[in-house]
Amino acid sequence: MLGHHSLPAASPENAPVIAIRGLWTRFGETVVHRDIDLTVAAGEMLGLVGGSGSGKTTLLREIVGLLAPSQGTVELFGSPVQSDDPELRRRVRRRFGMLFQQGALYSALSVADNIAFPLRELRQLDEDLINDLVRVKLAMVELEPSHGALMPAELSGGMVKRVALARALALEPELLVLDEPTAGLDPDRSASFVTLIRTLQRELGFSVVMVTHDLDTLAGLATRVAALADQRIVACGTLAEVASMDHPFTRRFFASERAQAALQAAAR
Amino acid sequence: MSPATLDDEVQGGLVQARLAGDWTLATLGPQLSVLDARLRQLNARSAHWDLRAVTRLDSVGALLLWRAWGERWPDETAISETHRRVLVRAAGVTLPVRAVRAPYDPATPLLLVGRGTLTLLEHSLGVIALIGQIVLDLIYLIGHPRDIPWREFSATLYKSGAQALPVVALVGFLIGVVLSYLSSLQLKTFGADVFIVNLLGISVIRELGPVLVAVLVAGRSGSAMTAQIGVMRVTEEIDALATMGISSSLRLVLPKVLALSLATPLLVLWCSAAGMLGGMVSAHLEMGLSYAYFIDTLPKVVPVANIFIGLGKGVAFGVLVGLVACYFGLRVRPNTESLSAGTTSSVVTSITAVIIVDAVFAVLTRSQGIP
Ligand SMILES: Nc1ncnc2c1ncn2[C@@H]1O[C@H](COP(=O)(O)OP(=O)(O)OP(=O)(O)O)[C@@H](O)[C@H]1O
Ligand SMILES: [Mg+2]
Repeated sequence: MLGHHSLPAASPENAPVIAIRGLWTRFGETVVHRDIDLTVAAGEMLGLVGGSGSGKTTLLREIVGLLAPSQGTVELFGSPVQSDDPELRRRVRRRFGMLFQQGALYSALSVADNIAFPLRELRQLDEDLINDLVRVKLAMVELEPSHGALMPAELSGGMVKRVALARALALEPELLVLDEPTAGLDPDRSASFVTLIRTLQRELGFSVVMVTHDLDTLAGLATRVAALADQRIVACGTLAEVASMDHPFTRRFFASERAQAALQAAAR
Repeated sequence: MSPATLDDEVQGGLVQARLAGDWTLATLGPQLSVLDARLRQLNARSAHWDLRAVTRLDSVGALLLWRAWGERWPDETAISETHRRVLVRAAGVTLPVRAVRAPYDPATPLLLVGRGTLTLLEHSLGVIALIGQIVLDLIYLIGHPRDIPWREFSATLYKSGAQALPVVALVGFLIGVVLSYLSSLQLKTFGADVFIVNLLGISVIRELGPVLVAVLVAGRSGSAMTAQIGVMRVTEEIDALATMGISSSLRLVLPKVLALSLATPLLVLWCSAAGMLGGMVSAHLEMGLSYAYFIDTLPKVVPVANIFIGLGKGVAFGVLVGLVACYFGLRVRPNTESLSAGTTSSVVTSITAVIIVDAVFAVLTRSQGIP
């Protein structure tokens, strides 16, 4: 990363990609998050694990600014996501790509138009370049160019995930926020997803925050793992560290034989 | 992020192009066309390319280069292995042939007319099929009275009938007032004031009441039904019903159509009554016609057949609006665009159909109910 050395030290470039401080989330009486602190440095790939309903999706929504935390702050690239300045907010939002748990493809647009949509919104690229880019993104997620003409309703569940990933990658984001990216993919595709993200990360140096229950994905990608339980982050560190933590949730999560196999594969 | 730079120099008769910095969407975006032109120019001078100082190369940068190079590798390229892979990936998918726009076809207007006719035919067949399904459901229900969807029926009756009472009364009353006021101005010039009762009675009870109610029901309940069934299609709830062995026509369409066929004539009666009241008040204020005279004369000059014609129209319009709404709801394809188009078609079609059926009624009942 030659370019980074020439930059002044105090620039926001050096700020952590995500900085969460003292975050609380309440829905009425229920408390989902209780005083959470979390930072993600540039180039890091953080895996977020936690039981169903533990508030992982909610945390991601707060990170990308879709939901305002009840208390505490979330900063992306050194500036608050909930800033009052619309121009600043727009600039921050262009720098990350989000993959929603249910895909959230625009149902009225074809697959190709879904991927082209954020690119067209930039109003900087010509239509030929956009079409080529769409084909590149489709190829990245192992879809045929002919799939571009399909409508979201005509896709299988796993294809929806892959198109959503292609769309999240469209703007060449510096941060990828992924909500269960491999749920619904066959093991083969999960493995190629891991390879794809790893390759892209090496080439482009982006950061990743992902929620996943899939231990192979976690072992293959995450440089750091955070476990969400009891409304807090109960463990944060490398996969091996978190797996050896003595907490009821992590003990159960990493107890199975498959988990042990994945951990051993990761250690190798 | 470091900006993308491009330097060129001539060394010993050879053009050297040196790229440096981040060649990514974020840095390229604003200067894309300028860089594109320079790259193409350099390629035309068969430059030697040096990409070793490039820090980051994403697919936008790669595609830009690849297209400037005429979609083939230049003779001399110095590039890191990582960036070569990015370029190879971008290169693998560009197609040299660009799509061309289809030329204008002079037969297009003809095709449009033909397609429109076929669509109309298709819709008619679809509605007939839906009617057939409802008849089959009714026959089934006679044998299995336990399966009658009472809850859905009464819910629709409440939402489309009871909750529509205030707005229908308001519209009916105001139409009565306006009609009575405007007619009284004309009638006064002929000294024919007393005929206001005949005029109002026939026009509101026989014609305006049913049509107004049908338009209101189509806008209020028809659109809601199409949207509801349409969303259930989008979210696969209809499929979920089917897997539980529940007929969507029996559970969704039939109770809606039946409830509307009962609610609409009642609303027609309500609307006509409000219209008469409005007309009566207005006639009293404008021409000094006494309430007692109005009430006394109404049954004499407006034969009771008109009320039955109004009620009959109400039943027909209710069934029509319900059928059209459900038909378009069931046709919604699972996307938002289709949902909004379906709702629009539903309202437009049912109002048009109501007016057409009203004209048919006028022809068929031309000898009835006229004093
Ligand atoms: N808008 C909301 N209003 C009220 N409660 C909510 C809302 N959104 C989420 N919750 C609650 O917050 C909790 C966390 O939900 P969240 O969707 O973040 O879970 P999750 O960790 O992503 O679970 P899963 O792994 O099943 O996707 C749940 O108990 C949910 O009921
Ligand atoms: Mg979730």
